[in-house]
Amino acid sequence: MNEIPLTELASVIRSKNSGPFELTLDILFHREKEYTSIKETGFFTKELISRIYGIPADRIIKIIHFDPAWAVKITLMRPVASGAVGDSDVYGAQQHAPLLGLTIPLDKMTGGGDEGKEALS
Amino acid sequence: MGDDIFRVLSPTAILGYGFPEESFQKGIEKKPHLIAVDAGSTDPGPYYLGAGISFTSKAAVKRDLGLIVKAAVATSIPCIIGSAGGCGARPHVNWTEGIIREIASENGLSFRMAVIYADIAKTTVQKAVDQDRIDPLSPALPVTTHEIEKCVRIVAQMGAEPVSKALDMGCQIILCGRCYDPVPFAAPAIKMGFQPGLAYHMGKILECAAIAASPGSGRDCVMGTLFGNHFELEALNEKRRFTRVSTAAHTMYEKSDPYFLPGPGGTLDLSETTFAEIDGGRVRVSGSQFHPSDKYTVKLEGVKSVGFRTISICGIRDPVLIRCLGTVFDEIKTEIMSEYDCTGNILFHVYGKNGVMGTLEPEKDAVCHELGVVIEVVADAQEQADGLCARIRSMLLHHSYPGRISTAGNLALLYSPSDISCGEVFEFNIYHLMSVDDPVSEFPIEIREVTP
Repeated sequence: MNEIPLTELASVIRSKNSGPFELTLDILFHREKEYTSIKETGFFTKELISRIYGIPADRIIKIIHFDPAWAVKITLMRPVASGAVGDSDVYGAQQHAPLLGLTIPLDKMTGGGDEGKEALS
Repeated sequence: MGDDIFRVLSPTAILGYGFPEESFQKGIEKKPHLIAVDAGSTDPGPYYLGAGISFTSKAAVKRDLGLIVKAAVATSIPCIIGSAGGCGARPHVNWTEGIIREIASENGLSFRMAVIYADIAKTTVQKAVDQDRIDPLSPALPVTTHEIEKCVRIVAQMGAEPVSKALDMGCQIILCGRCYDPVPFAAPAIKMGFQPGLAYHMGKILECAAIAASPGSGRDCVMGTLFGNHFELEALNEKRRFTRVSTAAHTMYEKSDPYFLPGPGGTLDLSETTFAEIDGGRVRVSGSQFHPSDKYTVKLEGVKSVGFRTISICGIRDPVLIRCLGTVFDEIKTEIMSEYDCTGNILFHVYGKNGVMGTLEPEKDAVCHELGVVIEVVADAQEQADGLCARIRSMLLHHSYPGRISTAGNLALLYSPSDISCGEVFEFNIYHLMSVDDPVSEFPIEIREVTP
C-alpha cells in the first residue's frame, strides 16, 4: 500500500459558506509533520480541486495553507448563491464529501515513503 | 488606557442559542468589563432579511436576554448586542428592543439604552454607485440601478465607531443593527486604547463563544481577556478548554482567507499571530495586527424578492421509474409549458441522486433503491405557485413511462395536504463594499430611557 487516505491524516474535513457567494473547504491535519509535507509538496492544487468537484479551475478562488492550525483552506465560488432558487445547501455545510475519497501518495511525503509510513504509526 | 486589562464575557454563539446558567454565573463572578453577544449571520440565507423576521424564536431570545440584561443592570456592566434579530435591519432591531422592554418591565429594571440602526436607503446606494464608491464582493454581482430598485431591504455592517459614540452617550445597553461580528466585543476596548488588531481578533473568536473551544458548543459561555500585547481565552465550563488547535481552527472558520480578514475601516492581519497554550485550559494569542485602509468601507447586504414558493415532498421506490426519472421530469416540464397558462420556475430536487451537491457532485450516476423528491415551484404569486405545483404533482403521480407496471400511482406522497405554500422567496442581490466619508453618520443612534 503506497497511498494514505486523507481521512487518516486529517482530524477535520468540512465545508461552510464564506458569505452567500463563496464556499470554503477546511482540512485540518492531526500532526504538523504530515501537514508540512503536504504543504511543501503542493498536493492541493487548483487542478486537483477542479477535477474532484467537476468545475473549471477559475471557479477556485484560492488555496491557502494556514500553519497555526496545520490546515489547508480552499475557497470556491458557489454554483448558486446561498438560498437562491436552485440552491440545495443554504449553509454550504455538506459540500466536503469529494475530499473524503482523496488518497495521498506516500512519495508526496517529505523524505520519501518510509518516513511517511512511520508518521502513520 | 485606564485599566491594564479588559475582560469580555461572551455568553453564547448566537443570541437565542442558549447557555448554561452556571457558566454565565461563573463569568459574572470574574467581573467582566463587558458582556457582548452576537445575534447575527447571513448563513440562514436571504429570507430573514427580506421578510424582516428573526431566524431565532422570541422565547429563546427572551430567555437568553433575560439573564444577560438582568445581570448587566445589577452589576452595572455594559452590554452590547450585535446584529439584532439575526439580520440587523429595522424590523429585527425593533423586535429585539420589544423583548428588552418586556424584560425591563417584568423585572423592574431601568437603564439607558442606545439603539443603532444599520438600514441603508436605496438612494444612498445609488448615490454611491454614481460616485464610484461601490465594489462588488462577488464577480457574479455587478451593481445596477435596476437591481438596487428591486431591493426589499439593505443593511450595512457597522464598525466600532458608532458603538463608541453610544458609549460616550452613557448608554449601558447598546442594541446594534447589523454590525461586523467582532465589533460588539472589540469597540469598547479599542476606544480605551487597546490594540485594535488584538481586540478585533479576540472579538472574532468570542463572537462564536464556545464553538472555538474543545469540545465545541454553540451554547456555552467563554471569557476573553485583553492585555497590552496579547489576549487570553478561557472556557467557563469545566467540560471545555481552549487549545492551540481549537483556537487557530476557529480563526479560519467561515472566512475565505485565514491570514487577512477585511472589515470596516481596515484589515485584520494574522500573518504574525501566534497561539500558545497556557495553564487552566487557556490559550494566549499575540501578534495580530490591524491595518487601517485608505478608504473606510462598509459591507452592504441586500435582498430582492423573486416570487413565491410552493413545494410537494414525495418518495419513489419503483425501480423502473427510478431508471427513467430524468426523462419523466423532462416530459412533464415540456407538457406543462405547452398546456398550462401559467409561468413559473419548476425544479425537481432528487435526494438520493445529486440532491445535496447538484453540479458539484462527483458521483453523478450513483443510484439509490429509493429516492426522495421535492417538487418546487417559484412563481409571481402564491396562488400561481400553488396551482402550478398541484398540477405538476398530479401529472407526476399518474405519468406513464416505458415499462410501467405500477399503474396506480408513481409517488409516495409524504403528507396530506401534499403541497406546502412556503411564502415569499428572496435572493441576495447586494453584497458590496461601499466607501463612506464618516463611519458613524450612516448608522443613526437613538437613545431610550428604559423604565419598568
